[in-house]
Amino acid sequence: MMFYVILILGVIVFVGLLGFIYRVFALVNLSKTSGENYERRTGKSAAVNGLSLIIFFVVGMVAIFWYSDAVKIHYLPEASSAHGSSIDNLFWITTIVVFIAFALVNALLLSFPFIYRFKDNRKAYFYADNHKLEIVWTVVPAIVLTVLVLMGWNVWSSVTAPAPTGSLEIEVIGKQFNWMVRYAGKDGKLGRHDFRQIDDDNAIGMDFKKDFKTNADDFTASELKLPKGQNVLLKIRSRDVLHSVFLPHFRVKMDAVPGMPTSFWFMPTKTTEEMRAQLSKEGRPNAAEFDYILTCTEVCGNSHFAMKMKVSVLEKAEFDKWYAEQEPWAVKNKEYLQKKGINVGGLALNK
Amino acid sequence: MGATQTAVQHGAAHAHDEHEHHEHHETFITKYIFSEDHKTIAKQFLITGLIWAFIGGLFSILFRIQLGFPDADLTWLKPLLGEWIDKDGKMDKDFYLALVTMHGTIMVFFVLTAGLSGTFSNFLIPLQVGARDMASGFLNMLSYWFFFVSGILMFVSIFLETGPAGGGWVVYPPLSALQEAAPGSKGGMTLWLLSMAVFIVSSLLGSINYITTVINLRTAGMTFTRMPLTIWAFFITAVIGVLSFPVLFSAALLLVFDRSFGTSFFLSEIYINGQALHHVGGSALLFQHLFWFLGHPEVYIIILPSLGITSEIIATNSRKPIFGYRAMIGSILGIAFLSFIVWAHHMYMTGMNPFLGTVFMFLTLIIAVPSAVKAFNYVTTLWRGNIVFTPAMMFSIGLVSLFVGGGVTGIHLASAAIDIQLHDTYFVVAHFHLVMGASAFLGMMAGVYHWFPKMFGRMMDERMGYIHFWLTFVGVYCVFFPMHHMGMAGYPRRYYSFTQFDSLDAFADVSAFISISAMIAFGAQLLFAFNFFYSIFKGRPAPSNPWRSNTLEWTTPRFPQHGNWPGEIPHVYRWPYDYSKPNAPEDFIPQNVPYSETLESNLPYEAIFVEQEKEYEPERFGTPEAKKNS
Repeated sequence: MMFYVILILGVIVFVGLLGFIYRVFALVNLSKTSGENYERRTGKSAAVNGLSLIIFFVVGMVAIFWYSDAVKIHYLPEASSAHGSSIDNLFWITTIVVFIAFALVNALLLSFPFIYRFKDNRKAYFYADNHKLEIVWTVVPAIVLTVLVLMGWNVWSSVTAPAPTGSLEIEVIGKQFNWMVRYAGKDGKLGRHDFRQIDDDNAIGMDFKKDFKTNADDFTASELKLPKGQNVLLKIRSRDVLHSVFLPHFRVKMDAVPGMPTSFWFMPTKTTEEMRAQLSKEGRPNAAEFDYILTCTEVCGNSHFAMKMKVSVLEKAEFDKWYAEQEPWAVKNKEYLQKKGINVGGLALNK
Repeated sequence: MGATQTAVQHGAAHAHDEHEHHEHHETFITKYIFSEDHKTIAKQFLITGLIWAFIGGLFSILFRIQLGFPDADLTWLKPLLGEWIDKDGKMDKDFYLALVTMHGTIMVFFVLTAGLSGTFSNFLIPLQVGARDMASGFLNMLSYWFFFVSGILMFVSIFLETGPAGGGWVVYPPLSALQEAAPGSKGGMTLWLLSMAVFIVSSLLGSINYITTVINLRTAGMTFTRMPLTIWAFFITAVIGVLSFPVLFSAALLLVFDRSFGTSFFLSEIYINGQALHHVGGSALLFQHLFWFLGHPEVYIIILPSLGITSEIIATNSRKPIFGYRAMIGSILGIAFLSFIVWAHHMYMTGMNPFLGTVFMFLTLIIAVPSAVKAFNYVTTLWRGNIVFTPAMMFSIGLVSLFVGGGVTGIHLASAAIDIQLHDTYFVVAHFHLVMGASAFLGMMAGVYHWFPKMFGRMMDERMGYIHFWLTFVGVYCVFFPMHHMGMAGYPRRYYSFTQFDSLDAFADVSAFISISAMIAFGAQLLFAFNFFYSIFKGRPAPSNPWRSNTLEWTTPRFPQHGNWPGEIPHVYRWPYDYSKPNAPEDFIPQNVPYSETLESNLPYEAIFVEQEKEYEPERFGTPEAKKNS
């Protein structure tokens, strides 16, 4: 591959050099015959450049449609969350509206130069302003934008409304360079944490000294498992620098900020299995191996690009079964807690 | 238009007119290095800016090689990058981030702020408002040399063993504040902050000068509603700069405290490198608010001068008045005001209160309206014009096309709900490169082609200009348009590679295509460099008004000396856009031509100006009696 890059660069440089040599001669020639009579305003270049602008527009438009269709297979599939489809709708409505504006303005902008190219025997139309016209094209975009913004507001308000009661709380913690998740265990409550309690074992800093009870049944997992059809509230925090939780298939994104807990709630609507089936029906490559992902979108250091966690969505029953089977972190790390001088007497009860 | 023309103001005598330029005993040093002549300082800014543009461009090519060809063996880059290429021929991951960071910083601040405003505000403000020089030549000189020092600091940081700053051009703490978080947060970050502090001083000195000169040193008759739109744009840009740069300065200063003196403005509850830090109570979001309070006006600091330049060039080369002159001024003012109250649209997904997101969403969409008005006005100016295809005109048309292309996707990103998905993806990269990166760069190029004859007394080669334009314009679309689709597929920005994100690497071919397009577009800039430097010495000698333009700079001699006009400064009698006026013998009437001399083309409501000219300057326009009396 590198060979081709060098080859292409070589060709560019070579062509460039030829051009340079040619122009050097031409310029030397010109500077000898120069004078104050730089009056040429018409000529071939106007027609060539003017026509090229029109050709560029036409070819460009065809290319946009061809390319957009060619990569369609790689767009994200239909959203796997309840709110995601309303974001998608909004995206496509906005795209259609602005593409029309983009195409119209460019059609005029790129064709006028050729149509009205300089002619010695013609004079431009002295047209300094037209208040009616200006009002129209101030008011029309304003109305269109107002409609778009009101639609956007509607979606934004419902997405960012407080999480419904009964949402499943899951904690997502970012650190250089991986994600960690903690589930609330049987009591459904996440225990308190304190960054001073963090060490190699207790990587998320559960504070057993101040809050043994709620922490005792919390468990961690190596992947983010979600139940289908239940509201999930992600409680997001970071241990070191900024990270950002991004679940592209669910249209979820929220920064992880050290010292400032954030959150995002949503409802998964398709299990991993259902998604695989859907993708293979759509004829997408590697549909059978598909997995949802959690990734990072706020630059956090050299392995930012590799900060990924697998996400699986299970049927509610299957999820509940998995949830009940998990051993609390405290039980797994009894010895560690004892070494820290914490009374682990209550753990047996929780088990 | 009648309303746009107010009475010829004369009465007030101009102190600066009388100060005839005395014999200067100029040495090489005072003439070319520590010069106080705004024209020389402008050229210093321009050439420094162009050198930085090549460095910043080269950095983007380097990281495009990594992105386009992630599997390639880059051992051949070892002579240039040394240890940043490892034993296996792979680019160092920290160095990749450093390249991205430096590319952004250099382009935003050194090229499109200093290189653009520094060049054209300096060069054109005195020449177009009719002043001998800037209000303070000395401060102007300082402004350049502060910029120079800031550039040296940034340049030095590139050669540190731990590399230059690497946390993205926005340098969000805690990443940028914690030395242990990344190599790019060590010495490179210290130099970055120092460099920016010095840069802000430079920018403020420049802006204060621009504002003062525009307000105080306009020639007789140059009312605000007769100023070319270039000057309006530079003037308002400078105002925005004065109001917003100090906020970045404060953010940088607080960050220095957090980094070096143990304060906790932006840091709280951090465990890193095996230990819990002492910081509590700080807010990482505070930095983002401060940063974007400059950061968002900054994008208008970048784009407004380019739009001003474009207004001038499109009107001149369409041989038509700019359509809706007053609306254009109004939209500049509207954009300037609104630019201060939209900053948090960069922060919808930071954990900021969603209600704030709603407020900023509404404010942001309002700013789209004046921007749209500007685009429509450009198109209408072209309509039924008599269009001359100079390279400057081509670049201006290109600018409008990119500005519209990038502007419309701003509507997606401004809508907080859509931004949930698109924030920090390639969609954003595509958006801002089109709307304010590439388009401002095209505006800068347009300005260079248009004012080169006045700067150096020679013409640039046109044919090379056209080739430069086409390779750049097509290249920019090829580079950035496909990025929208990568963003729609969820590809996050600032990723070293996408093998982890997407096991299929579905956009590998597209990435390679983007990289090759970027290389071609970058190669085209070499053509420009050749044309530029060659023409300075060997270009065809320029006539005094090669584009038949109306503005005052074209009334100066081919090589204007310090002081600009050999005799009295010309007076101004009309607005700058009297192109193709009905019944006028030529298709342009320069601003210094009085209405008394264009009776055949005066519009009915302009008769009053003829009377006013008689009244205000009887010695020139009055009856024989009046002349005698005066």
